[in-house]
Amino acid sequence: MTATAEHSTDVYVAPKPSIWARLFDRWQVKLAISVIIILWMIPTVGLLITSFRPSEAISNSGWWTVFTNIGANEWTLSNYSDVLSRQGFGNSFLNSLAVTIPATVIPITIAAFAAYGFAWMEFRGRNVLFVLVVALLVVPLQMALIPILRLYTSGGHLSTWILVGLLLAATIAAAAFLVRGKGGVIPLVVFAVLTIGASLLWIGGTDVVTIFPDLNLNGTFLAVWLAHTGFGLPLAIYLLRNYMGSLPASIVESAEIDGANHFTIFTRLMVPLSVPVLASFAIFQFLWVWNDLLIAIIFLGGEPKNRVITQALMELNSSYGNEWQLLTAGAFISMMLPLTVFFALQRFFVRGMTAGSVKG
Amino acid sequence: MAALRIGAALIVPLLSFAALWLTFEFLRNADANRIVVVAVALVVGVLGVWLLYWGMDLVISQLPDDVAAGLRPAIFVGPAIVILSVYLVYPAINTFVLAFKSDGEFVWFENFVTIFTETSYLVSIRNSILWVIVVPFFAVAVGLAFAVLADKLGRRPEAFSKSMIFLPMAISFVGASIVWKFIYSFRPPGFGEQIGLLNGIWGALGNDPVAWLLQEPWNNLYLMVILVWLQTGFAMVILSSAIKAVPDDILEAARIDGAGEWQVFWKIVFPSISSTVVVVTTTIVIVVWKVFDIVWVMTGGKFGTSVIAERMITEFFLFRNAGIGAALAVVLFLAVIPIMIINVRKFRQQEATR
Repeated sequence: MTATAEHSTDVYVAPKPSIWARLFDRWQVKLAISVIIILWMIPTVGLLITSFRPSEAISNSGWWTVFTNIGANEWTLSNYSDVLSRQGFGNSFLNSLAVTIPATVIPITIAAFAAYGFAWMEFRGRNVLFVLVVALLVVPLQMALIPILRLYTSGGHLSTWILVGLLLAATIAAAAFLVRGKGGVIPLVVFAVLTIGASLLWIGGTDVVTIFPDLNLNGTFLAVWLAHTGFGLPLAIYLLRNYMGSLPASIVESAEIDGANHFTIFTRLMVPLSVPVLASFAIFQFLWVWNDLLIAIIFLGGEPKNRVITQALMELNSSYGNEWQLLTAGAFISMMLPLTVFFALQRFFVRGMTAGSVKG
Repeated sequence: MAALRIGAALIVPLLSFAALWLTFEFLRNADANRIVVVAVALVVGVLGVWLLYWGMDLVISQLPDDVAAGLRPAIFVGPAIVILSVYLVYPAINTFVLAFKSDGEFVWFENFVTIFTETSYLVSIRNSILWVIVVPFFAVAVGLAFAVLADKLGRRPEAFSKSMIFLPMAISFVGASIVWKFIYSFRPPGFGEQIGLLNGIWGALGNDPVAWLLQEPWNNLYLMVILVWLQTGFAMVILSSAIKAVPDDILEAARIDGAGEWQVFWKIVFPSISSTVVVVTTTIVIVVWKVFDIVWVMTGGKFGTSVIAERMITEFFLFRNAGIGAALAVVLFLAVIPIMIINVRKFRQQEATR
């Protein structure tokens, strides 16, 4: 079956290596791949096996011994029922759902509207704002934790003189734009009025103004949803805008000719057309929120009834650090949903990861 | 009639705001059944945001067409800008200011001087730097090797073996930490069988059991293994799709000219995927740079394993030391600024060629 000069094609076909060489090559590749796969699977497999063993068996012998005395093994589901009834683990699964689903839907909705605006609407400052979004992609969320927590627990306050200064700067900027013919009168008037108002407050003896009311949000689901929304938005807007922007302009133009406004075009045309990228980001964000510990610890607080599953798992680890029958079952419960999502929607998942590779 | 419509249009967003607010009061105080609370939270969270946009558009639609057209961008982009300002821009600026304060007083660079002179902080910084060198290197190296090898398999075995490596990506850092804590678990000699896999193997080789997580400075390496385990799949998937994009005819041409597989890889495949390698490495570097959960769960930052992101949380939440915490956050941020600049530049170039 080797290609020879008798073939009348003008394409030169390389002589294939002998069957032995190919078999050997295949064999090496398969061996290397199998070794890596086994290495990568062992941790999860060990966890899974342990979670089904009775606690005495777990502490008397390593999980790998189940392979050497097959038949003598005992299996049990009681680890799972134990952990679900302890430490409110069952509740925490529900709480995780209550946190994760809105924390996925809200940023996608807000980002989809914004992405459409950036891609298809004409307004002043569009490019500057979008560059800001791109810049925010890599800001570590650690930068935001302390101030947001303070906003949540005591509101936002600003020394009046700083406020006056900022407003004055904005007024001057608006005036400069007006002189250069780049802006309207309205911003100038608004900022000027605000500046005068703030100055009056300052003269009147008000040292500190509240610019963000004390909502006592900490420990609520809303606090966590909004935090995840804020941290997820830059990537979501970036991905969706690039996708929507790549759709043909003729779609939008013909809809406009038919008299549709932007809201109709968005809901009737753009959202249905963007389903693949929406789905990818949804899965990405869902897993990110479900698996998050940091934001939950900080904005949901320690109250047991509100705990999400990663917090519950951490608590389990600190109070029952050596009770492996509980830890392994708990860990597996926490992985069940993401693993299901992973296997069911792998294609979207991979695409989302590929697209998400720009995220910080 | 028109007045009625405008009235209705104003009422819808107001009502949705009120509904949102009332539900939050309910959720805050709820000792009600968890399932009810969760169900209410889901309905409100999911529908509430749509209701807000719909209500806003309803209001706008009542205005004259040209005014409505002028205001619509504000409705579409406004909410996102507000949230980004409140949740990222304002906090980032505020953190910068806080980093120069201690107990509400300006101390200028004192916090930074502390971070860069006291041994315990220097250990965190050293560890973070080690993490961003070791983890991306191994994750990308193994991921690349696996992607190249899997490419030589048939379609189905390739998909299967890739998903096995990729699977840990779906696991939380906390879950992964527990998985690995079990592998590293240790019992002093005489306190029963070793149930941790690593000590099991170590013992079978005739050694005494080792408390792996207490072995300074090697314990850092054992923690890094966890993140390599998690991130390799990511590197592998992205690199694999880049490898598949290398045109087959170039590879064939090289093979015909007598190049071995090793040469084909280093002379053709690697150069053509090098930009993807850079992107993947940068992404993993950023993830690693911010790693918190693994250290927090495994050792709590003790035994010389603390890293900057974990130290920041410890300082702020356990030691109530906002100044140092903010300064550590600023250190995290300053290190990614070059990446930020590159991203913006790349974006500008893309836009210019669009």
